[in-house]
Amino acid sequence: MSAIEPFLPFLLRGALVTLQVTLLGLALALVVAFVAGLGRLSSRRPLRWLAGGFIEVFRGTSVVVQLFWFFFALPFFGLQLQPLVAAVLALGLNGGAYAAEVVRGAVLAVPRGQGEAATALNMSGYTRLRRVILPQALPLMLPPFGNISVDLLKASALVSLVTVSDLTFRAQTVRSSTGETALVFALILVIYFVLALALALAFRMLELRARSDGRPTLARLFRLDALAGRSPSA
Amino acid sequence: MNWDWAFAWEIIPRLLDGLVVTVEITLAGSVIAMVLGLVIAIVRFSKVPVLSQVVGGLVQFIRGTPLLVQAFFLFYVFPSYGLTLPALTTGILAIGIHYSAYAAEVYRGGIESVPRGQWEAATALSLSVRRRWTGVVLPQAIRAVIPSLGNYVIAMFKDSAILAAITVVELLNTAQAIGSDSYRYIEPLTLAGLLYLLVSYPAARLIRGLEHRLAT
Repeated sequence: MSAIEPFLPFLLRGALVTLQVTLLGLALALVVAFVAGLGRLSSRRPLRWLAGGFIEVFRGTSVVVQLFWFFFALPFFGLQLQPLVAAVLALGLNGGAYAAEVVRGAVLAVPRGQGEAATALNMSGYTRLRRVILPQALPLMLPPFGNISVDLLKASALVSLVTVSDLTFRAQTVRSSTGETALVFALILVIYFVLALALALAFRMLELRARSDGRPTLARLFRLDALAGRSPSA
Repeated sequence: MNWDWAFAWEIIPRLLDGLVVTVEITLAGSVIAMVLGLVIAIVRFSKVPVLSQVVGGLVQFIRGTPLLVQAFFLFYVFPSYGLTLPALTTGILAIGIHYSAYAAEVYRGGIESVPRGQWEAATALSLSVRRRWTGVVLPQAIRAVIPSLGNYVIAMFKDSAILAAITVVELLNTAQAIGSDSYRYIEPLTLAGLLYLLVSYPAARLIRGLEHRLAT
């Protein structure tokens, strides 16, 4: 441990970058998820196709391919992105495509009668969504969103490949200057695991608060299913 | 925007070679994941003291950490113990082990879905432990989880692009190499993306169909 001890603050700053990329990606993913997820449920056909096409393309290729495309291919359209911007964009759009399916599933899971009752009460489409549908759909979305956030954290390691100075990138730096290979990578694996647990825990807390019967007791909090990751079919 | 069709045509054969390697990684990795995952699931289900807990913790750890870092770990650590493997082999091992942790959970769900009566009947017939698993439980458990396993195979196909980072010459790495040789990234990377889509989308549709058929 002593050989890499001087590098610990350096690595921990990398962990902060990792967390930053993950949270920014998550924020973008949530916006994208609602836009694409609700778009896919729209009554307008072009909107439905557009959303469907976006979702299938971003779920059908891997996040690292998308990242490389944003970083290496976009400049040919005259658009040179900062590495961090390309990173957040790739993570957000990819995570958003998966999360859009979660939004769609949750909205469809709200009983039909609820929407019909809202229409009968003469609510506008927007009010119906905001006051009736989404409040019931949101609690259903939280557990899968937790999985997606852990997936985003893990995918964030890929941004090191486009020169973002995250935890993995810095581990490579430390490796080449100390030669302590096994130690450095074992250490950052543990850091990633701790971050993943923290994210899963945060979403678990939200989930318990959203449930009417739920108080976030410790016993409930530590039943962490979120590390299971999203099921790829989700 | 300046898409060069002639260049795009010219590089397709090289990209297809890369796609073949990607498919090979997926198939070899799947074999490891399916077999190792099953072993893990049975060990965990059998509640062998200590061993089951250790394996369970390891599964959680593998699922909570990035495949890229795991691949780096194997890639750099094997040689320092005198074990020098080709990058492709290391990559297949990394992705196979990573997904075995996911496959184990899938199998576990399948095993738990086998009704208790089946176990009791096997005990009543005094079948050996081996026969109980291979003759009664597993045939029912595995049938139920084939679509889920299929989805993970597609996920492996897509994730195999991560192995480009440890110098495995698969589809993404090939596209990347063409890009840096020719200073044109737009055609190789776009075509690579399309090739991934061309395989994974129909495969996903196929599995969705299979899900419906098995559900009835």
